[in-house]
Amino acid sequence: MLIPKNYANQMRTRILVKVVESFYKNRFETADEIPIDLRPKDYDSSRCCIYKDRAVLKYRLMAAMGFTPNEETNEAMSLREYGKEALKRQNHAKSCLSVIDIACSACVKSQYMVTDACRGCFARPCVMNCPKQAISFVNGRSHIDPDLCVSCGKCMEVCPYHAIVKLPVPCEEACPVSAIKKDENGVEHIDEEACISCGKCLQSCPFGAIVERSQLVDVLNLIHNSDKKVVAMLAPAIVGQFPFELNQVVGALKKLGFDDVVEVAAGADITSTNEAAEFVERMEAGAQFMTTSCCPAYYRATKVHVPEIQPFVSHTKTPMYYTAEMLKKEQPDCISVFVGPCLAKRNEAEYDPNVDYVLTFEEIGAMFVGAKVEIADCEPMEFAKVSSAQGRKYPLSGGVAGAVGHLVEGKVDYRPERIDGLTKENIKLLKKYATKGCEANMIEVMCCEGGCIAGPGCISLAKKATKQVESYVEKGQNQKDMK
Amino acid sequence: MEKIEVKICAGTACFVMGAPQIQALEFSAPEDIADRIEIVEVRCMNHCNKGSGYNKGPFVEVNGELIEEATMEKVVAKIRELIAKEDEENC
Ligand code: SF4
Ligand code: SF4
Ligand code: FES
Repeated sequence: MLIPKNYANQMRTRILVKVVESFYKNRFETADEIPIDLRPKDYDSSRCCIYKDRAVLKYRLMAAMGFTPNEETNEAMSLREYGKEALKRQNHAKSCLSVIDIACSACVKSQYMVTDACRGCFARPCVMNCPKQAISFVNGRSHIDPDLCVSCGKCMEVCPYHAIVKLPVPCEEACPVSAIKKDENGVEHIDEEACISCGKCLQSCPFGAIVERSQLVDVLNLIHNSDKKVVAMLAPAIVGQFPFELNQVVGALKKLGFDDVVEVAAGADITSTNEAAEFVERMEAGAQFMTTSCCPAYYRATKVHVPEIQPFVSHTKTPMYYTAEMLKKEQPDCISVFVGPCLAKRNEAEYDPNVDYVLTFEEIGAMFVGAKVEIADCEPMEFAKVSSAQGRKYPLSGGVAGAVGHLVEGKVDYRPERIDGLTKENIKLLKKYATKGCEANMIEVMCCEGGCIAGPGCISLAKKATKQVESYVEKGQNQKDMK
Repeated sequence: MEKIEVKICAGTACFVMGAPQIQALEFSAPEDIADRIEIVEVRCMNHCNKGSGYNKGPFVEVNGELIEEATMEKVVAKIRELIAKEDEENC
């Protein structure tokens, strides 16, 4: 299905652009004007009034500067001060998603509602079947008491008139691991322990109430105010994120001030080689199946939510890991910045000493805009290392399994299956596989439906980007034929 | 019948600011307009270079009429308006 980003998400891009603009203009001296710029007096408000819009924008801007709204201790602290604070920061704050409480509209508490179609019938199966006695009759109609309702949905199932409807809470619906829940005031909260940083809630909230700490300012600061070498590591999903030749995007990154740009697809080739060897070894030792491990959201989910599958999860490291390892071997003093589609990578990077910062494509895009870099005008530049066709296909669902298959062909029996998108159902499926076994012997799991190309940090439409990745794959050489 | 030309800017600024969401018209245009439009992807049309004009992006031109801060909604509304006008002239 094709779901364009909602307007709240587009607003996030505008916010990032404004932060970059303000950095270049005067290092946040006038950052307090941004909410007003974005919501001037004569503008249609999207909430009750522009003043509330501006207040919410302040929190969203804070997140773009690397602060979570719930760590606010002094309400009077201005954006200018936050900006200055961000510039002083030596290490970026730990990555984390959180909910702006004043922006969360506290979507319906009870997820079921009786509509006007209720006939107040004599049979009253809704009343009878409610296990919590939450339904009573008011003015001849069925009524659900939100304090008693546990959202089981029995009433909806039994109403012969289909008079009861389900009202979804978008973020809760989207979260594959039920990490986001309401507090007693109906406002959503994210349980940090349970959260796998997939970003699905953030993409789904129509109010833009969920934010994530950005490392944008930290990287801008390093590029412009330090003499350290800053190197961008471009995830393979980059192909198709901008409607230009990849070599020009590399040129544009250099123009922004990155000293070097390396391709993570080259690290993907190492992942494939090691994962293929591991697969053969495991199969020969009689293992039932193996799952991939390169999606950090899935990897974290196996730790916290599906412990029974852990023995089957590959120990091979991710393309980001190998790329950063190679880079730091060659240039030990450089600052490495992973640029990708993924929010969960921020979490992975915290455990990887070779990865210093993580940015999304959207953040890089905002940097281009705020710094007025037009990619079409940039010198095309080459990557130092050439990646294989298989490495380039990693960001598409089926890419990782395909790469491993390419290398184990003829050595062992290979029966791949893809889990394309982590959902509540797929988590259950994985649990079943772990305990009851499965037909396939290789399971590729991608948290984002469609693969990383549909990750929460992407700019392009997944459908268009997929085509561009496919044509880049065609231009690559088979890994087996490369030295 | 001449098709209505929908020029979607795919310069860096417009693209980052949200042009891809309008490109969705290529795959899933509402039925009543799908056959009547021609989508053209163009490079920077220079609307973004005036001051901080990029903040007004993405820019789309529908039969030459400029739409600022374009969204799918705004673009579809403009297309429908032009179709209605055309149909009126033709009957
Ligand atoms: S696991 Fe994903 S959807 Fe759930 S709270 Fe965390 S980021 Fe949001
Ligand atoms: S599928 Fe890709 S973008 Fe999505 S969470 Fe996994 S690694 Fe990140
Ligand atoms: S990028 Fe669209 S007008 Fe310049």
